[in-house]
Amino acid sequence: MYPREFDYVAPSSLDEALEALGDDSKVMAGGMSLLPLMKMRLFSPAVVVDIGRIGGLDTIEESNGDIVIGALVRHATTATSPLVAQVATGLATAASLTGDVQVRNRGTTCGSLAHADVAADQPAAALALGATMVAQSSEGTREIAASDFFVDALTSALQPNEILTSIRVPKHQAGEGSAYDKLGRRGGRSDYAIAGAAAWVKMEGGSVADARVALTGVGTKASLANAVADAVIGTDGSEQAVKDAAARATEDVTIIEDLYGTEEYKTHLAKVYAARALSQAIANAS
Amino acid sequence: MTVNGQEVTADVEPRTLLVHFLRENLRLTGTHVGCETGYCGACTIHVDGQPVKSCTMLAAQADGASVTTIEGLAQNGELHPVQEGFWERHGLQCGFCTPGMIMSAAALLAENDNPSEDQIRHGIEGNLCRCTGYHNIVRAVEYAGAKVRGEEPPAPDWEGAS
Repeated sequence: MYPREFDYVAPSSLDEALEALGDDSKVMAGGMSLLPLMKMRLFSPAVVVDIGRIGGLDTIEESNGDIVIGALVRHATTATSPLVAQVATGLATAASLTGDVQVRNRGTTCGSLAHADVAADQPAAALALGATMVAQSSEGTREIAASDFFVDALTSALQPNEILTSIRVPKHQAGEGSAYDKLGRRGGRSDYAIAGAAAWVKMEGGSVADARVALTGVGTKASLANAVADAVIGTDGSEQAVKDAAARATEDVTIIEDLYGTEEYKTHLAKVYAARALSQAIANAS
Repeated sequence: MTVNGQEVTADVEPRTLLVHFLRENLRLTGTHVGCETGYCGACTIHVDGQPVKSCTMLAAQADGASVTTIEGLAQNGELHPVQEGFWERHGLQCGFCTPGMIMSAAALLAENDNPSEDQIRHGIEGNLCRCTGYHNIVRAVEYAGAKVRGEEPPAPDWEGAS
């Protein structure tokens, strides 16, 4: 199963890569999302710009209050980084539950975000953790909040001439915690999410001072479940408070039925996983 | 790139997948083409020591890399411990998934030579087998782990097999 013909460029610098981008080009990092689409001929760009040989994009760094994850940081690296596990827990968990060993060895955190699959793990984590996407083009750099980044199924706010060169994730401060959990298509937590949720909370004096909850797999894009966050803020974060808040999981989301679940089932799962992610985030915050 | 320790050079079409380059250009047909969608893992090889799916990678992406296929696993005529384990513990039936399964298991043991059954099952999560129900594959990897550690492998549990 070959892709259609395309021109392949593998620049060694970001400037060359940006130069190579055009209206019918596609950026490839690990290729775990792009190549299957091209092989099935659902997508056939004229030019593939392989950024895999550009130096300096494969690092996880701390910068002020953020960690910065470069475009070539693979899921396996994000999943096993002690730093990410400590200061951006939900993102590390999402990476550890993505695909399988082989996929995590090739696929990248940024690539998954740029691909914006409706059932991917990273988008929910990025939304809940309040990540910022850093996009570069030959005209300069712009930063896009995660909440503005996911536009529709397989559609992000990235322009054809832009490369997602890194993401910035605010490091958890004292009293903050996050989590991610999902039901995978192959049962347990394997494969894309039938439904998944990420949560971030800030605890103060025994109550929830701030929170964000995001869902994936249930709609046409990963999205924030603001009603859940609003409902849990100000509570003590008890099991009952979390359950009551999670009952509002689908208020901000249009649930879409697909091969893996009916609307009713997905609505149920959205609430279950919102509650699980929220409970775990609260536990991780203390 | 280097394949099983040998330097190879070729000009290929951009769309040439690594698995096709290995099988058709180099005639290394031990690496199998299964589902073609990145699920089944029959095409698993090592690129710079890490297990990857060669059907979902362009040959050009492996430019300069060190590739190991199932053909490169045995050393000096001696089977790799995982190969021996699959032999001794009947870790295959039709054999189609076996090359990929062995490459994944070998990579798992290279990182952790004493994995729990749970770790083994998660380690081969990216490899589908439609014959064995995985039971004997897990036993084969346990056998190989013992061999790698220099211990006597556990006795077979044929009666317990389901």
